[in-house]
Amino acid sequence: MNTFQFHPDAEGPAGNAEMEIRLWDYIDGRSDIKETSFIEQLIASEQVWKRKYEELLEVHQLAISHIDLDQPSMRFTQNVMEEIGKFHIAPAAHSYLNKKIIWGIVIFFFTMIFSFGIFGFSQVNWANASDPSNKYSIDFSKLDWSLFFNNTYSNILIMVTIILGLMILDMYLGKKKKQLREKAGITE
Amino acid sequence: MSKELHDSEIISRVLRGETQLFAELVSRYQNFVFTITLRYTSSREDAEEIAQDVFVKAYRNMADFRGESKFSTWLYTIVNTTCITFLRKKKLEIHSLDNEKVFELADSVDSGFRANQVETKSKHRMVHDAIQMLSADDAKLITLFYKGEQSLEEIGQILGIEPNTVKVKLHRARTRLKEKMETYFSEEVRELKEM
Repeated sequence: MNTFQFHPDAEGPAGNAEMEIRLWDYIDGRSDIKETSFIEQLIASEQVWKRKYEELLEVHQLAISHIDLDQPSMRFTQNVMEEIGKFHIAPAAHSYLNKKIIWGIVIFFFTMIFSFGIFGFSQVNWANASDPSNKYSIDFSKLDWSLFFNNTYSNILIMVTIILGLMILDMYLGKKKKQLREKAGITE
Repeated sequence: MSKELHDSEIISRVLRGETQLFAELVSRYQNFVFTITLRYTSSREDAEEIAQDVFVKAYRNMADFRGESKFSTWLYTIVNTTCITFLRKKKLEIHSLDNEKVFELADSVDSGFRANQVETKSKHRMVHDAIQMLSADDAKLITLFYKGEQSLEEIGQILGIEPNTVKVKLHRARTRLKEKMETYFSEEVRELKEM
């Protein structure tokens, strides 16, 4: 009969916790048909399950019927309406956050990374790399990568690239916002 | 008249310039928004300020509501982020499962019983007090589930977590609520069982 891993008479905190989880699912109506009928059988036949079910159901019913919502002051709506009078509805983000621009920025950064990669690999002498007698060959396992990635010039270059990217984005968004505001007849 | 309007209809009319209709949305959701903000701060003034801020943000960003979810789900997402931001900014004291506080509240509840044993608190009061003893997160979760008419999936969307995580958290929150009621309101619970 019992196709579930959990034993209905399992004791201890783990068994108890699982029992509660399954009962809560049953009470919330989130159990499937098979589980629902299995739980119903357990409630009908097992005292432990019946007792726990009644306890949880009580909490559930109390929460459903007796949680009160607090009320703000009488003037609340009026205060909000006075406050929103100072503002305008902002244009929807998707109207100025053009997907093409986002993709443009992504492509810009990937192109930069890709270009650096190509430039770096083009500097390697591949013909000599496989020659075991080549005393200048690079042993990658002994390479100290931190020398390259902590390099001050690399950091400066990355920072400049990021700042330029952000400046382009800011200029574009500012222009777009101004156009939208002019279109909507909003003046600062 | 406006009471019959659906939220989405009000929103589209507000977006078309009928600003005054926004008052209808405020009055529909103000109690819930205020209750949630009150879970984070003991001061009604602060809670009201946060709630007001929530509605102003909702108004200003209304054009971003695309109707992919219920308006209430979208609004409660703003409530959640605004509460967190506000508390970070003001460094207000967050209700927590701070034992000292819970015992303080429990003491006052207990002394109330001793002073007048004939008087029994209403079920509403008992549930209210027990929820007050929970952490803000537990109280918020229970309120969203039982009073916010939000499914586990929607609560997950509001809080930015997986529905399964919501389920587990809700399960724990309800277990803690049950424990609080059994510990501090044992007489009421017993009376309820006898009824």
